[in-house]
Amino acid sequence: MPSTEAYLMLSGTLFAVGLIGVIIRRNMITVLMAIELMLNAVNVNLVAFSHQMSSLDGQVFAIFVITVAAGEAAVGLAIIIQLYRLKSTINVDEARELNG
Amino acid sequence: MTPALIVFFIIGTIAVASSMLVIGMRNPVHSALFLLLTFLCVAVLFVMKAAEFVAAVQVLVYAGGIMVLFLFVVMLINVRHLPDEKWKGGFAVGLAVFILFASVVRPGVYHDPVGKEEQLRTTYTYRHRRVKMPDGTVQRRLLRRGTVVGNSEAVGMALYQEYLVPFEVASLFLLVAMIGAIVIGKRELTAVEEETAPDFILDRVETEKDVKEAMSA
Repeated sequence: MPSTEAYLMLSGTLFAVGLIGVIIRRNMITVLMAIELMLNAVNVNLVAFSHQMSSLDGQVFAIFVITVAAGEAAVGLAIIIQLYRLKSTINVDEARELNG
Repeated sequence: MTPALIVFFIIGTIAVASSMLVIGMRNPVHSALFLLLTFLCVAVLFVMKAAEFVAAVQVLVYAGGIMVLFLFVVMLINVRHLPDEKWKGGFAVGLAVFILFASVVRPGVYHDPVGKEEQLRTTYTYRHRRVKMPDGTVQRRLLRRGTVVGNSEAVGMALYQEYLVPFEVASLFLLVAMIGAIVIGKRELTAVEEETAPDFILDRVETEKDVKEAMSA
C-alpha cells in the first residue's frame, strides 16, 4: 500500500504543475484547466489524510471541493464566453482595464 | 514492492505526465483530453485509498460534466486566434512551491495505520441506553454502534447526518452558480437582430407589456 507521504508528494507535484500553468499560460481556458488541476491535487491530499486518520471527514470534504469546482468551472467558462464576445480574444493579458 | 505500490507508481507517473501536458499543449482541445486522463488516474488513486464513492463522483462530475463544459466552450470560441504564450519565470515559482511541499512532507513523519480501513466503510447509529455503572447507579448514556457497510453508504450517512447543513448549503451554492452562469453567459440582442427576430422570441416582451397595461388599467 503506498504510504500517505507518497500521496502527498504526488499531490504536491500536481499542485505545482497547476500553479505553473496558471502563471505561464495566457490562454484563459487553459488557465481554468490548471485551476481545476490544483483543486484536484487538494482532493488527493484530503483523501490520503482521510485514509491516514481512518475518518470519513476527508472524503466528505473532497465531495464538497468537487461541488465548488463544478460551480467555479461553470461561472468561469461563462465569463470566458462573455470576454470573448467583448474583446474577441481569450488572452488574459488583454483584459487589463482594472490595471492601474 | 507490493502490487499496490507498482500500480501507484505507474498511475502516478501517468497522472503527473499528463498534467504537465495539460499546461504544455497549445491546442485547448488536447489540453482538455489530457486533463481527462489526469482525472481518471486520480480516480484510480482514490480507489486505492478506500474512497470508492469519491472516485465515482470524480469520474461522473469531472470526466463527465466539467470536461463536456470545457469542450463546449472551446467549440464556441474560435481556436484559430490563440494568444501568444510568454514564459515569465513561472516555472521557477512552481518548482519553489514543489520544493516547499517536499520539504514539509518528510518521510517518516506520517505512519500508515494498518487494518483501519474498515472504519471508512462504517456507519454509526446513536441510541440512548440505560447503563449500569460500576458503583451500582443506572445512567442514561449515548451509545454508538458501528455497522460495516459500503463506502458509498457510509459517505451518504455522513453527508445526511453529520454534514446535513453544509450539504444543503452546497445545493444552494450550485443553484446560485447555475443562475450566475446563465445570466453572465446570456447575450443581449442587437438592434438589427431585434428587428429581424421572429415573433416567438419577442413574445415575452409583449406579454410583459400586456401585464403592465393590465396593471395600469
